[in-house]
Amino acid sequence: MATLYIDNRPYDVKEGKNLLETCLTLGFDLPYFCWHPAMGSVGACRQCAIKIFKDENDTAGRLVMSCMEPVGKETRISLDHPDAEKFRKSVIEWLMTNHPHDCAVCDEGGSCHLQDMTVMTGHNYRRFEFPKRTYVNQYLGPLINHEMNRCIQCYRCVRFYKDYAGGKDLDVYAAHNHVYFGREKDGILESEFSGNLAEICPTGVFTDKTLKQHYSRKWDFTFAPSVCQHCSLGCNIIAGERYGELRQITSRYNGDVNGYFICDRGRFGYEAANSVDRIYQPALKEENVSLNQEYIINDIAALLSTSNCVGIGSPRASLESNFALQQLVGNGNYYSGWSDEEHRLNKAALNILQNRTAEIVSLKQIEQYDSILILGEDLTNTAPMAALTVRQAVRKKPVENAQQNINLATWHDAALREYIQQRHSDLFILHPHSTKLDEIATQVSYSTPHEIAAKGFTIAAAIDATADQVIDQIATSLLNAQKPLIITGTSLFNEPLLAAAEAIVKALKKRGKQPGIFITQADCNSMGLAMMNVPPLSSAFSKLSDSTLIILETDLYRNLSTEKADEIMNLPKRIIVFDHIKSTTSEKADIKVPVGMFSEADGTIVNNEGRAQRFFQVFVPKNEWLKESWRWLSLLKALKDGKAIDENLSISNIQSTLVEALPQFRGIEDAALSEDFRLNGQKVPRAPHRYSGRTAMLSNENVSEPKPPQDIDSPMSFTMEGYRGIPPSSVTPFFWSPGWNSVQSINKFQIEIGGPLHDGNPGVRLVNSNSSITPIDFEQKTEKISLKEFEWQLVPVYHIFGSEELSAKAPAIAELTPKPYLGLNQYSLAKLNLQENDMATIEHHGRAYQLPVRLRAEINNEVALILFGLPQTAFFVKPVIIKIRPASNGITNNNSKHE
Amino acid sequence: MSETLNYWLVIVGILFVLLNIAAFLIWVERRMLALWQDRLGPNRAGPFGLLIILADTLKLFFKEDWIPPFADRHVFVIAPAVIVISVLLSFAIIPFAPAIQIVDLNIGLLFFLGMSSLGVYSIVLGGWASNNKYSLLGALRGASQMISYEVFMGLSLMGVVMLSGSFSLRTIVEAQKDYWFVLLQPVGFVIFFIAGIAETHRLPFDIPEAESELVAGFHSEYSGMKFGMFFIGEYLGITLISSITVALFFGGWLGPAFLPPLAWFAIKTAGFILFFILLRASLPRPRYDQLMEYGWKILLPLTLLNLLVTGGIILFLNQP
Amino acid sequence: MLSIIRSIWLTFLHLFHKTETIQYPEEKVQLRPRYRGRIVLTRDPDNQERCVGCYLCAAACPVDCIALQATENEEGRRYPEFFRINFSRCIFCGFCEEACPTYAIQLIPDFEMAEYDRQNLVYEKEDLLINSQGKYPGYNYYKVAGLDAGVKGKGEGTNEEPPVDRHSLLP
Repeated sequence: MATLYIDNRPYDVKEGKNLLETCLTLGFDLPYFCWHPAMGSVGACRQCAIKIFKDENDTAGRLVMSCMEPVGKETRISLDHPDAEKFRKSVIEWLMTNHPHDCAVCDEGGSCHLQDMTVMTGHNYRRFEFPKRTYVNQYLGPLINHEMNRCIQCYRCVRFYKDYAGGKDLDVYAAHNHVYFGREKDGILESEFSGNLAEICPTGVFTDKTLKQHYSRKWDFTFAPSVCQHCSLGCNIIAGERYGELRQITSRYNGDVNGYFICDRGRFGYEAANSVDRIYQPALKEENVSLNQEYIINDIAALLSTSNCVGIGSPRASLESNFALQQLVGNGNYYSGWSDEEHRLNKAALNILQNRTAEIVSLKQIEQYDSILILGEDLTNTAPMAALTVRQAVRKKPVENAQQNINLATWHDAALREYIQQRHSDLFILHPHSTKLDEIATQVSYSTPHEIAAKGFTIAAAIDATADQVIDQIATSLLNAQKPLIITGTSLFNEPLLAAAEAIVKALKKRGKQPGIFITQADCNSMGLAMMNVPPLSSAFSKLSDSTLIILETDLYRNLSTEKADEIMNLPKRIIVFDHIKSTTSEKADIKVPVGMFSEADGTIVNNEGRAQRFFQVFVPKNEWLKESWRWLSLLKALKDGKAIDENLSISNIQSTLVEALPQFRGIEDAALSEDFRLNGQKVPRAPHRYSGRTAMLSNENVSEPKPPQDIDSPMSFTMEGYRGIPPSSVTPFFWSPGWNSVQSINKFQIEIGGPLHDGNPGVRLVNSNSSITPIDFEQKTEKISLKEFEWQLVPVYHIFGSEELSAKAPAIAELTPKPYLGLNQYSLAKLNLQENDMATIEHHGRAYQLPVRLRAEINNEVALILFGLPQTAFFVKPVIIKIRPASNGITNNNSKHE
Repeated sequence: MSETLNYWLVIVGILFVLLNIAAFLIWVERRMLALWQDRLGPNRAGPFGLLIILADTLKLFFKEDWIPPFADRHVFVIAPAVIVISVLLSFAIIPFAPAIQIVDLNIGLLFFLGMSSLGVYSIVLGGWASNNKYSLLGALRGASQMISYEVFMGLSLMGVVMLSGSFSLRTIVEAQKDYWFVLLQPVGFVIFFIAGIAETHRLPFDIPEAESELVAGFHSEYSGMKFGMFFIGEYLGITLISSITVALFFGGWLGPAFLPPLAWFAIKTAGFILFFILLRASLPRPRYDQLMEYGWKILLPLTLLNLLVTGGIILFLNQP
Repeated sequence: MLSIIRSIWLTFLHLFHKTETIQYPEEKVQLRPRYRGRIVLTRDPDNQERCVGCYLCAAACPVDCIALQATENEEGRRYPEFFRINFSRCIFCGFCEEACPTYAIQLIPDFEMAEYDRQNLVYEKEDLLINSQGKYPGYNYYKVAGLDAGVKGKGEGTNEEPPVDRHSLLP
């Protein structure tokens, strides 16, 4: 501990941090631009100037940039010194000489760091009378809008894009007072994290282009804390609504999960909620008529009570919804929506976490590991934020070295990067094809999934053997590391991979290491569904004939082959689908019932590390049908049992029954505060206090304002009325504090800058240790796959945009979704006598599909890559062996009408 | 038989006239206030805007008669009736003219004091039953104001009683044949009138209402004809205090013979009513503590002094 | 005490003063140009809508009676998709006019807008938009803003330098 004297008042602070973050931690308002808590200091903007004094007798002092000055044992500074204040004011004035008179048409206005800082420093009049500098803008793709005139040259964008996120195509051009931040020429930004530029940029140079389609100011949104639904990581997000439409997703700081950032899929995938593919009306298939409430209540309930019901759950529905379905159909009649492979994979993932051989690593904790082995996972495309954290993790060792060797603090960004250059700690990637992380990897090898698993077992064996026998480079590195980490996942549908990962961590543990394990999965609640411990779809077959099948928020045609899915769909007497978006399954169902998407529903989902996180309803949709699935299913259960319908059924009612029935979920009630919670007797408002238009927004329909909707599920109100101040972290709908309108107000919500939120990061880890220690199994469970002539092993390749079901429905994401292709290497192409972009015919299960081929030079001779998850490649649901031949005329198939 | 009939006619007549005067005062007050404030006041409905009375009454009758769900229902309903009844009962002892008086009680003055004290129940109960913090504050203020001012209201009249030797109002009026008691009891008159204003909680002593602080105080929650009762009660109160003042200090119906006694009484009373309105037009409301201080520290000693001096003089003059 | 009597007396004397009342509607009142009455949306010199949908009027409104939605034409010029004022809530405080950075929203000296049906007091953009520049003729926001929204190109606005050549390192 050190003592910091600020304007002669002593404060106990941590030594070694910089003065800026220390002052901000202490709650002082100090303006800054170029410093960012996640990216450190470079001292470029000169905005955070303060006075520092030699000792108590020093009255003159000297001006320093607080972000570049460490806290010493006894430091004396002044924030209010007239010299410092005047300096800061002048700096803003200079920055503002060229800033355009644009705020009214700028999307940043109202949540603009530059506005905040200008007000904070007191600059209010432009004395400079000369012309303003102008720039021509660039087209940067469908996600990010560019308006270069507004730039204040803080360099944050390139520091984030290039240095932090590893992007290549955004840079700084020109020189002097007319530097230009953009691309070499117009084009789509390549990084998967480009959306963060909108939050990183202190002003309106980079803004959210999808927001522009339905622009609202920050003060006009109704926000709710939510959890991203587009991959298994469960990044925390803030979802914003205006006029009954979901309009914006921004990152919600969680020091354990996503930190300050989110990926572009999470940020821009939200438009699926407003997609034309939403189901808005319950309908019968044959008549295609809309149903009324009575039909639902009487006929469906009658249907349920007369026939035997089977329920199919979903890895993308909340725990509560899955549980409500289980309750409705009965324990023995409830199945997961998974194929056998997926079921085994997700169970295996859960088992590894439960065995607790390795530390379960949260997303943000990846950054603390200094040797990382990625076994068969293309993080950038399956779990993008994990790729971003891995990029930070590989800097760990060099940063530590810098600290030890030249005493350079971790926040000294520019100096550190200069010192580190290209050095990085060990990262090994074993994958069928090249990935974006290859550029920072120590060693990469491309092989078939089975070979990767085999390699994994070899590494485990090498680690397990005595020290002098270790020859494998990967094994050596993992053994020598302070904190080794194994990252694997379910995306290759290869169970031995997980077994291999487990073998490695067990071996490391045996050698006295504390290895970490991080397993990515397919969907936002895959882990939750695995924890429910329900049999896979295939077990349901015997019960299906003549039954009523209820399918919850899942598309069987994505998880099963078309033949198998058709088989299931043909067996039952009646099929009822509860879903929010149209899918092949919902279109084939007899009755479809609309439900609320994450923005219209409350629920809890469990992310890949077993962390239960609550997402809150953002707004009450006008369409009364859009209720949470669990509300629908509980209603039907009440009707089926002939009980009274509980109009006030809240999420905590269902959670308490859930925990009672499934004790493994003990703790989900603590993922967020219960609906009874009040601060000073008040609810927490979802809308900012300057929310506008309340008495006019609905007056075109009726001049008498309706009663605001009540929220029975959460301690938050849907209006601006309620507690003003910093709410508990799990119910923080948005970040704002007086004088800090931009996202930078997050500083006020943290215990210390970059640390946990005020009452702890929200979310509860559910996976508990399962004390039984099982022996290591080095048995290579991989079967050697033998391929015949003209046979290839089809391996899925994922793309951040398009491979995930929901986000693919968002127009901006759809624009960036690549065209489907079949990836083959030179040898394979030559063998087939094909050129790039030629059509190839794939034979699978007796059907033929056509796709253009693309050269992927790095892949194995036996491997053919196919883009996963697109409608055109829907026939492909797990790794299979296929026959490929050059396309001949005449053979086409419905499933491959791509061009 | 005819005496009973006559008796009933007087009662009904007085009741009718009083209620009409109260309604008429709605118009008078607005027009007069307007004139003193350089405005015109209600001048649209009917000749001189007289029909505003009708409009206002109709409005009050047709307004939603709302009883707040949080109110104490029964008390809430009774409260406004109390003030009207207690004030109307007070009129029973007023001698409007030699022949027009409902009852000539020998303790008329005491009856009046008693009845006017009962009026405070209306405020206290109304404020209490409304179950609203402003109403309750208003009620509390009303009660303490009444208690304070009632003390010297009674005492200030004792001078008159000493001079006339009776509590009967008729006797008191007749005792003023030679000179009005205002000449003998100027201090008593002033104090009684001030206490009277406070008693009717009219401006500047409308502390229980104080719309700028207490959003109408004890009757915040009242609407429709229940509010109307408070409204009428207030105008009746003005009329009562004016009549009493006339009867006690200005010779009641006495006056030169070219006008009938009733006319004299009406003219004098009207003058005081207008003075009430003038007060409202000209004076600001004192603070609550100032009001109490004024009552207890100035008016009460002054009244006692007045009593002492009057008594002394009477004793001196009556010395055998 | 004397001052109280004096003020009673002075108030009494007002009985003999001339009244100030204007007998509207027989007599009309002469209002100042800056009188805060009916709210209108004005137009630019190029006859396009002045409102750029910045939401500042809505935010400034103390009774929250302004609701709008901004949208853009293909040139990037912003305009309100809808603009609604609920005059049954409006208190004519003029904060919206003060907040407006483009002089689009203006209060004019017309107050005769009473209705028998409250619903008719909800004004949409068609009811608000007038064919005039109002109190500030000649002003065009896009001429002074940096943005290129089809009104002027980058660097062609008032007090602007021509766009920077980003490939040049010359000072």
